[in-house]
Amino acid sequence: MPRASRNGSGRLLPRGVTLLALLVPVATIASLALGANALSPGELTHAVLRPDGQEGDVIVWSLRFPRTMLGLLVGAALGAAGVLMQGHTRNALAEPGLLGVSAGAAFAVVLSLRFAAVDTMLGMVAAAGIGAALAATAVYALARHSVHEGGPALVVAGAALTAFLGALTSAVVLLDAKTLDSYRFWAVGSLAERGQDTPAVIAPFVIVGLLLAAMNARSLDLLALGNDVAASMGLKVTRARLVGLAAVTLLTAASVAACGPIAFIGLLAGTLARALVGASWIRGVLVGALAGAVLLVGSDVIGRLVAGPGELQVGVVSGVLGAPLLIWVIRRRELIL
Amino acid sequence: MKITGLSLGYGERLIVDSVDLEIRQGSLTVIVGPNGSGKSTLLRGMSRLLRPRAGTVHLDGVDIADVSSTDLARRLALLPQAPVTPQGLTVGDLVARGRFPHRAWYQRWSDADDDAVRRALTRVDLLDRSADQVSELSGGQRQRAWLAMVLAQDTDHLLLDEPTTYLDLAHAVEVMSLARDIAHESSRTVVGVLHDLTLAARFADHMVVLSAGQIVATGSPDEVVTSALLAEVFGLRAEVITVDGAPAVVPTRHR
Repeated sequence: MPRASRNGSGRLLPRGVTLLALLVPVATIASLALGANALSPGELTHAVLRPDGQEGDVIVWSLRFPRTMLGLLVGAALGAAGVLMQGHTRNALAEPGLLGVSAGAAFAVVLSLRFAAVDTMLGMVAAAGIGAALAATAVYALARHSVHEGGPALVVAGAALTAFLGALTSAVVLLDAKTLDSYRFWAVGSLAERGQDTPAVIAPFVIVGLLLAAMNARSLDLLALGNDVAASMGLKVTRARLVGLAAVTLLTAASVAACGPIAFIGLLAGTLARALVGASWIRGVLVGALAGAVLLVGSDVIGRLVAGPGELQVGVVSGVLGAPLLIWVIRRRELIL
Repeated sequence: MKITGLSLGYGERLIVDSVDLEIRQGSLTVIVGPNGSGKSTLLRGMSRLLRPRAGTVHLDGVDIADVSSTDLARRLALLPQAPVTPQGLTVGDLVARGRFPHRAWYQRWSDADDDAVRRALTRVDLLDRSADQVSELSGGQRQRAWLAMVLAQDTDHLLLDEPTTYLDLAHAVEVMSLARDIAHESSRTVVGVLHDLTLAARFADHMVVLSAGQIVATGSPDEVVTSALLAEVFGLRAEVITVDGAPAVVPTRHR
């Protein structure tokens, strides 16, 4: 007898999700093999299984492996954060880059570069975390009355905060040549040359953020039915909102500290996830993380290939490819919130 | 369910003023009253969505102020007025969400959960629609789906806030008779808030009339729904006729 409920799936499109899951290893392998100096399958196998210091081994382990790991981590973080923010705000436009959270993280990082001479990744993650948390709290407070309905005040407040913090960031950066130098390198939105140990430094933050997001998704399933229903089912609504805020803060801070603010991936992954899995937020977070990872690593690989011998930054590629994809998705099915 | 000296309000405003009320098990109690009399606020106080200024609510001898949120959600369910249905949600999945208080976050979906969902869907006659999206249902079916969600919560007490809002009369009747049958067959305590007096009188076992935050009448529909009370509480000139053994309100045309 079929189950009365599939426990949480609205309209899971198994093929779409399977395809996405298969694309993760494909993008990973492509990212390890392709670039200015493309490796043959033999060279790649050699580098992965029996590295002994050949040129290909060095390229893979010192350049492409950290870069690929970083792409997977940051992509998953941005994707999950996008899904979570869309769920909490009930707004299809919500993502860290559009609601001021990334801008808050970036501003805090710039302040720490300028005034505290922070020069470690851990220090930048900490600064970004404080900035992201303050910005998320501020945008929530500014638009509190419209947050639960996903009203326009939230988007306006987010856009205003993004513009305001962006202007402050420019002011700090432009007034100091040394900060401008570090900022330009950091803020281009690229996965290249981020340091070998950066993935390891941000990994704990991303993993804890993803776990919190997965736990929070169950609350989102109830919050989607309204605060009253959620509360009468025994959900502690304020706590659920705070866990969501903590998850978004960790995920955004880790990705912004590592790669600068990369807009659009969260929006794209979030929209894709919602279209694929419908009203289940647990699957939404999972698929959003997968989609973010695939989109970011995929965009990075394409950026290395199209502009050879140079590179296009990942933010440029994801914008060029992502916008048509987003429009295609929303034209095919109505947005689910 | 026993309510003692319950006072509720928002900010400075006191909306429900030291209400005492005892609600019988296995029956449908309907609270009526003019707009702004505090009906829905009383329901929010009974479900602890609103913390009382004063007074207590006891369920089977337990003060609801003393139990955990999960414990309370296993004893009492609330269906708010005109709840929002997320797009893309299926009937089965909506009803499955009623199992939330019975499952810790680390627990998987169990056969008991599935049974409860199936029973609830069968009870509201929507089992064959469980894979359909809630948004595809008619208004009456949608309200039955929400009713199934709170039934799946498997509580002894069920509160319904204006369950017939936006429904045409036929569907409103269907929902109310379902609510009464649920109360009678499973000896649950079902409390509803309604503003349609005739509908309330037709299905309620007991009625409670609220006016300006205070209870002005309680009893069977026969005892409560009278021309004198309608004039006094609602400012309504109406005749009360008896149809099928229950009072029906017919407003008069000339004031």
